[in-house]
Amino acid sequence: MYQYDQYDQAMVDARVDEFRGQVLRRLSGELTEDQFKPLRLKNGLYLQLHAYMLRVAIPYGTLNGRQMRLLGDIADKYDRGYGHFTTRQNIQYNWIKLDDTPDILAELATVEMHAIQTSGNCIRNISSDHMAGAAADELVDPRPYAELLRQWSTFHPEFDYLPRKFKIAVIASDTDRAAMRLHDIGIQIVKNDAGEIGAKFHVGGGMGRTPMIGPMIREFVPALQMVSYAEACLRVYNRYGRRDNKYKARIKILVHEIGADEYRRQVEEEFAHILTLGLEPPQAEFDRIAAFFADPGLESGVLDKVDRSDPDFALWLDQNTAPHKQPGYAVVVISLKPTGGIPGDATADQIRLMAELSTAYSLDELRVTHTQNIVLPHVKKADLYTVWQKLDAAGLGSANLDLISDIIACPGLDYCSLANARSIPLAQKISQRFADMDRQRDLGELKLKISGCINACGHHHAGHIGILGVDKRGIENFQLSFGGSEAADTSLADITGPGFSEDGVVDALEKATNVYLAQRAEGERFLDTYRRIGMAPFKEAIYG
Amino acid sequence: MGETLLRYREDAVTGAPVLSLEDFLASDPMSNGAAAVRITPGEDARALLPHLGRIALIEVTFPAYTDGRGYSSARILREQGYTGELRASGDVLIDQLSHMCRCGFDAFAPAKPIAAGAAAKAVATWPEVYQKTVDGRSPIWAKRHGL
Ligand code: SF4
Repeated sequence: MYQYDQYDQAMVDARVDEFRGQVLRRLSGELTEDQFKPLRLKNGLYLQLHAYMLRVAIPYGTLNGRQMRLLGDIADKYDRGYGHFTTRQNIQYNWIKLDDTPDILAELATVEMHAIQTSGNCIRNISSDHMAGAAADELVDPRPYAELLRQWSTFHPEFDYLPRKFKIAVIASDTDRAAMRLHDIGIQIVKNDAGEIGAKFHVGGGMGRTPMIGPMIREFVPALQMVSYAEACLRVYNRYGRRDNKYKARIKILVHEIGADEYRRQVEEEFAHILTLGLEPPQAEFDRIAAFFADPGLESGVLDKVDRSDPDFALWLDQNTAPHKQPGYAVVVISLKPTGGIPGDATADQIRLMAELSTAYSLDELRVTHTQNIVLPHVKKADLYTVWQKLDAAGLGSANLDLISDIIACPGLDYCSLANARSIPLAQKISQRFADMDRQRDLGELKLKISGCINACGHHHAGHIGILGVDKRGIENFQLSFGGSEAADTSLADITGPGFSEDGVVDALEKATNVYLAQRAEGERFLDTYRRIGMAPFKEAIYG
Repeated sequence: MGETLLRYREDAVTGAPVLSLEDFLASDPMSNGAAAVRITPGEDARALLPHLGRIALIEVTFPAYTDGRGYSSARILREQGYTGELRASGDVLIDQLSHMCRCGFDAFAPAKPIAAGAAAKAVATWPEVYQKTVDGRSPIWAKRHGL
């Protein structure tokens, strides 16, 4: 894992000092809330419905045991004993007191963490594949590239007041586990015919009220020009992105309106100019960063077998672990979606337990997934049973990864001031309705995603089943959609028709799963059946 | 306007009238003395590139601090070798000064005055910088590798 040197540390420390001064000015009345707002937003501090919310960055979703432990301690000391892991691979605390925030940031800085650029119209925390460094199918570890971009984008002086927020994802395998093409910039690290490593750039993807899949803008940017190319992409956007309408300000609208070809032409022109400026960090800097990720300490000759004699364990094993590139190891996904729970929430004790397990059994590493679960990336197969027992005892043993109860839900009207509807109670109801695990397994992979408003933080457009909360004359109403995907076969979901009440949408959902069960062909997931048979049979069952 | 000029340059302020981009481009390139020109967020800084040699002051306006187009304008001008005064005017707040300096601004005409002492402190916010821009500061990656 990457480790700060004195420079990285100095940047974070300077930020804590600056923010402490700003909070003091606010508390003394020197700054009004209006003046303070843009400053706090630069530090991930939002004012929500009931309290301040602090969003802490977890760069590319990777963290170590010490960092995770502190996240648990902060939940105890400054919040109500829990934290919420987000679809941006970050963590949010929902009940924060303003005067505590400088101390929280100072504590975070002691473990190389911060809340920089987790909000505002700037380049946000960069996301990546939560299986990076462990996945059997990756070309290289994408995180050194993400770290290079993290440093480039941190306090970037030209791009702090973009038309709108800007999200970048970096992956390095054909299996997309990071919804890469639904980002403002989606980068896939690839190898060209000459065997060189470089970056394939997609620009202009996104969710929100106008979801779009990012078109490919450049097939291959040499690795040592990636920062310059990103700089060119951003400069064109900063200069020409729309600023007249907040809802048309994301880069996807610019790319859509002028067309991918014209956008590409402008970027290439800017890129040619930028290459003359020598802005790119040298190979030696990339090598320095990459060395931190090279070998987390995997052993060879490790026993490559698991004892499956405990049937409950075997179910979890099959559902919640994935192959590791190193024989004898597995990737464990810890579900934060127990039946009736709040998706993505974990208590301070649970967070600390996951920290301990990472230190003891996963080479001190954890990942946050954009599906709001936690990964232990490097667990020896021989340790899986012990890990599962400890997780299960702490309420973290749900064997439901990628099943219907592994729901993504945004905070919704329980916290968020923009919300139309409550996402969390709906997610709880759905997981209770489908609590029978045999039934869930029979339904198979089914990605259900809920957003409390059109901003789509819950990625509903990309759900095999998506649910969107809308406000219908003051009454919460839910729109249902089918057929989205954020994987390599990225697609956007289609709306079924008129919306439903909270209970009504659960019923409709159940009817839709029945259509699937009746119509599926051998080996088909819900998504596949939907793509084959189309909306009509589902519509008939739901509205008929 | 209650503006006070914060200026980080040694030379004297030009006495030339500040022209709009349109008026400047229509003016006689052979006329005596260096010119001053104002560009707004939607105007293309690159339109000035053929004329940089005869410009003493470019004022880049910020009608709202949230409109960051002027940062790109400033960098583009400096990247192309402009050495005259580059002034940010309008909704320029103390918290933006350090980034503006990094993009090449060396003078500020904030609509709401900023005290010189506070401004100097704000400009020095960052002990180190990650990016190479046009301010001549050595980025962290260069320091790491003795470049
Ligand atoms: S989707 Fe809407 S309701 Fe949900 S968190 Fe985002 S802004 Fe809030």
